[in-house]
Amino acid sequence: MSGSADRGSRRLLVTGADTFWGGRVAQAFEADPDVEVVVGIGARDPSVPLERTDFVRVSDHSYSTVQRIVSATGVDTIVHTGVMVDSTLGSSRLHDVNVIGSLNLLAAAGAPGSTVRALVVKSSGLVYGATSRDPYAFGETMTRAMPARTPVERSLLEAEALVSDFAHNNPEVTVSVLRFASVLGPDLSTPLSRNLSRRWSPSLFGYDPLLQFIEQGDVVRALIHAVRSATPGTFNVGAPGRVPLSEVAEICGTRLVPLPPWKAELVSAPFTRVGAFDLPPELVMLLRYGRGMDTKRFAETGFDYRFSSVEAIHAFARAIRLRKGAGRPAESYTYQEDLEHFLRHANSVAHRADEPSTPA
Amino acid sequence: MVAVGDHQPAATKSQRPVAAAADNGHRPHHVPTAEPGADQEPAGPNPTRFSDVDEWGRSERMRRLARRLYDPVYRSWFRVEWDGLEKIPTEGGALLIGNHAGAIPQDALVIMHGIETELGRPVYGLADYFFRTVPVVGTLWSRTGGVVADPNNAYRLLREQGQLAVVFPEGSKGPSKRYDQRYQLRRFGRGGFVEIAMRAGVPIIPIAVVGSEETMPILFRIPPLGRLLRLPYCPVTANMVAMGPLGIVVPFPAKLRLRVMDPVTFDVPPDLGRYSRSKVMEAAESIRADLQETVYELLSERRSVWFG
Repeated sequence: MSGSADRGSRRLLVTGADTFWGGRVAQAFEADPDVEVVVGIGARDPSVPLERTDFVRVSDHSYSTVQRIVSATGVDTIVHTGVMVDSTLGSSRLHDVNVIGSLNLLAAAGAPGSTVRALVVKSSGLVYGATSRDPYAFGETMTRAMPARTPVERSLLEAEALVSDFAHNNPEVTVSVLRFASVLGPDLSTPLSRNLSRRWSPSLFGYDPLLQFIEQGDVVRALIHAVRSATPGTFNVGAPGRVPLSEVAEICGTRLVPLPPWKAELVSAPFTRVGAFDLPPELVMLLRYGRGMDTKRFAETGFDYRFSSVEAIHAFARAIRLRKGAGRPAESYTYQEDLEHFLRHANSVAHRADEPSTPA
Repeated sequence: MVAVGDHQPAATKSQRPVAAAADNGHRPHHVPTAEPGADQEPAGPNPTRFSDVDEWGRSERMRRLARRLYDPVYRSWFRVEWDGLEKIPTEGGALLIGNHAGAIPQDALVIMHGIETELGRPVYGLADYFFRTVPVVGTLWSRTGGVVADPNNAYRLLREQGQLAVVFPEGSKGPSKRYDQRYQLRRFGRGGFVEIAMRAGVPIIPIAVVGSEETMPILFRIPPLGRLLRLPYCPVTANMVAMGPLGIVVPFPAKLRLRVMDPVTFDVPPDLGRYSRSKVMEAAESIRADLQETVYELLSERRSVWFG
């Protein structure tokens, strides 16, 4: 609401700018003339080409580092996309990134004299878990049916708790938390999407859960929408409709391998070890009970999905088929630090001073 | 074995003969009364879909199959007779409740199948989340119209989609009682069913069932075995004694008679955050007493367990 007022010129910080999410969000804001500065931080090199974003590679997300960046750049908006949901990357990294990373970022944003007025956090529907006692669709105010046991769910819950503490302590900051459904898209990889793009994909015998998806582009659009509309609160973000796993597999052209419904992780351990498929514990629960989210609240802020759940699966399946037909595309972009530095700061580069400020 | 074992023609449904209305095979199964939920898919055939499983997990194809399988049981085995079917509204939400009995309770199936066949309206069976945990059974249950008895689910069904839902307030205490306690209603829990009907602003329609106790009478229970198998209860039924292993799933052909009672409405506004506990419990108890009385009434009219 208040967001439209200070929309004049924005200074934006995007965390996780090295990832697909952060990169795409930063790209989108680069094209926005209202955004004066885009600062990106990330632990690795960016994976998408960035035009005018000032990217800083920080190896540790320690408080002092982040705090210096936040205060030096004087950003007013933080888009926190640097939250991991893929637990196959290691549970200690999960904790470091999701909990410690968020902790330090929020501490920096709440430091005395901070200029931050808006915070958008990318979270996940994983915070609801997936159990037999779940309602048909989770609303934002509902709590999960059973305590979290998997590392990724615990770390996300902890990160969200930190965010709500921050919101409580900094009432002048507009805080929005977006909980996304399972994401599908050619440019990113989650345990579920990796499975679906393989010839064989794990399932649990006797279970055919209903799954809700969101297309990768819609995730980016939702994050941007949240920044622009600046509506405080927690929002479920998932495309309309739910699709049973058997149908998802059929659309994607993968064959389901039924694992025994109990001790599936034990049985699948040799397969996951050799990389035949991914089966982190939270995915086992999802493959058993599925998850649905009530997305009315976010729709009321004026967001429209480009893809329904089924359409997202079809789009993903087309991308898989293309990849199978054409082979893996050559790495389209490599970040070259010197080049980027040169383009942004060298004297010889003709800075077309005001391409955004045409209005004059 | 338990309420589960049944290979589920379970939550059988039907809109076959009577409502010759529109059964063009792909009829949207939501009766379009209330405004549909915001995140609902557009009804009707969708070329991008490879199955007809809807957002609740039910599939019209599976339901047709289940209906075909269960119909002979309904007609020839139990020879179901209804009384007062006209009291069930033909549109708008209503919460049906009934007395629950028999080791594998047939009352749920009979109510769901009966109303769908006779009135052409789908009935969603609200049941314990336990069903969902059982492989195969849980999936079939969901495909044929089962929904976890969660207040949020019930609210959505009744208020937002104006559907019929059936729930058995006794829970598993009903079907797990021994034959010597037959037709004695267990307690109605915390009255959650009243609260949800108040919140959804729909009437409660009690349905008394007789004959269900005799379809699968429980002689005694073996709680340790139940715990071991993780079942809510583990009975030894007369059917097992009479038929051996077959008796685990095959019910006796008792005559089933159902009486629909007058709808109970509540003079409270819907959508309140909470309702007076005393009001809820009072309503729950009076509904229970009326249902018990109607069950006794039906029993006093019954001449034979097998022929009604």
